[in-house]
Amino acid sequence: MTQLILFNVFNGLIIGAFYALMALGLSLILNLSGVINFAHGGFLALGAYIAYSLSPHIGFWGALVVAPVATAVVGLVVERVLIRRVYGRDPLYSLLLTFGLAYIFEDVLRYIWGAQSVPFPIPPALASPLSPEYFFLTGYRLFMVALVAAAVVALFVILNRTKLGIRIRAGTQDLETVNVLGVNVRILRNLNFGLGTYLAGLAGVLAAGMLGLQPTIGTSLIMPSFVAIIVGGLGSLPGTLLGGLLIGVASGLTTMFFPSATEAVMYVMMGLVLLVRPRGLLGEEGRVQ
Amino acid sequence: MTRLEKPALTAFVWLALLTMPWWMNAIGGYTELASRVLVLGLAAMALNFLLGYTGVLSFGHAAYFGLGAYGVGMMIKFVVPSTPLGMLVGVATGTVAAAVLGLLIVKLRGVYFAMVTIAFGQVFYFIAFRWNSVTGGDDGLTGWKRQALDLGFTQVDLLGNDRAFYYFLLFVFALAVGAMALILRSPFGRTLVAIRENERRARFLGIPVERHIWLSFVISCFFVSLAGTLYALLNNFVDPRALRWDQSGNFVIMAVLGGMRSFWGPLVGAAIFVVLQDYVSSHTENWMSFVGLFFVLVVLFFPRGVMGILARRRATDATKEGA
Repeated sequence: MTQLILFNVFNGLIIGAFYALMALGLSLILNLSGVINFAHGGFLALGAYIAYSLSPHIGFWGALVVAPVATAVVGLVVERVLIRRVYGRDPLYSLLLTFGLAYIFEDVLRYIWGAQSVPFPIPPALASPLSPEYFFLTGYRLFMVALVAAAVVALFVILNRTKLGIRIRAGTQDLETVNVLGVNVRILRNLNFGLGTYLAGLAGVLAAGMLGLQPTIGTSLIMPSFVAIIVGGLGSLPGTLLGGLLIGVASGLTTMFFPSATEAVMYVMMGLVLLVRPRGLLGEEGRVQ
Repeated sequence: MTRLEKPALTAFVWLALLTMPWWMNAIGGYTELASRVLVLGLAAMALNFLLGYTGVLSFGHAAYFGLGAYGVGMMIKFVVPSTPLGMLVGVATGTVAAAVLGLLIVKLRGVYFAMVTIAFGQVFYFIAFRWNSVTGGDDGLTGWKRQALDLGFTQVDLLGNDRAFYYFLLFVFALAVGAMALILRSPFGRTLVAIRENERRARFLGIPVERHIWLSFVISCFFVSLAGTLYALLNNFVDPRALRWDQSGNFVIMAVLGGMRSFWGPLVGAAIFVVLQDYVSSHTENWMSFVGLFFVLVVLFFPRGVMGILARRRATDATKEGA
């Protein structure tokens, strides 16, 4: 029994780590540019498929390094060509624009790589369970948790210690002042979007190894990421991280006791949070209005 | 009392709707396509009640549309084979759900409101998707059909006769649209526009803004559930895609494409969207790319929509004449 509970909690943590990684990228873009990037799931899927195509040539490790960077490059271009045009306009337009992009992404991926689910091979060294008693602790799962943790730490170091990160945080508070102080806001937003899509690409590679690959992989992960942001609190990256892990563990545990409510439970959590604390667990006051 | 639209335009719209089964067939469509325009047009107009006239961005209206659809389907399949009773249950289901969830979201604004409505919309999708034994899961709710309408003195065969069903839809559409116009022209409706234009000022004038937005949300969802029931009757079928997020996005693009600031705009947008989708999906498998591209183009080049462009052209012509 304890083993089963542990298994489900651990499973939930892994799923939660995905949600968090994806939601952090969404949050970064939303906080600085006020754009809900509906196409974020598309970027995730793109990263996964790039890794799938590259790994026979440069191996899993090479793909793990290159695919997120390639995704970020696509992100930089998309921001430069399209997203930039809707900054400062009614949020309606950025939603519709990224919504359309999400459609295009899914269809193009299906066109190139096919609608069927394809397996994504992971290194054999990581695939086997570590001990027969804790069968669910494969090397790959532990590795994933460690990598997500490392990525999150790296993100917070970038945001707190580097010039770029400090400017991003400052811009989140007051973009106009940052602009007046001589920072090129266009480039800042561009790089920030790239950083967000990098995280999506990284989450994509990891998700592919665990869930397999199909064109709709991104769309199935984006709604939970929204929930993670709302539960954690708008404007707070630690909140987003917490929100992702919480809903992951909650749906992991629900799978065990009441499987048909696996997805519904996170929306119930969101309802509760909105009822008790509309700004989210760690959200800033006044941000929601 | 101010008018919502010029009487000439309104007359033209009704004339076009009354004759749609004929001209839709003439331009290469079919009567069912005309019915789709009417149903999705009603949904887009219902959304625009909130989006265009109250200035609140809901991206989750498919949930209430789908609840209406499942409500009517399940009522006819499991309880009473009656079209009007089924519609009543469908509309009640959608409206009650909106009234409850509305309480949770009225304090939120802008992007945040949009995000929460999208996320909440998914709850019903997952319920419909997972609850196989009742909803039919991914395969949809089948094994039921719209029933003939018993008017007492005569029966209207809605199932066998496409035209009769179209005029039944048009009758319901007319009632709903008339009611919407009346509400918008009432002091309550003018207050919603005031909130859209300047929420802070409306609040300072003593208007209970949250209560108005909640009411507007519920009214809008009432009409969108009505459209949902009609949609289910039209297809004799419901599946979870009716309440998924992409359906919500389609309603928003219809409203924007037609023109959010115009009463008839969303209907025009729905007509363009439905006809285009029908045409494109019969010619290529990659219709998703086309729809996506369509979204991008509308945002970049037609943000005011068809009616917005027409209105502006009229305005510039008028200035030219004046000068």
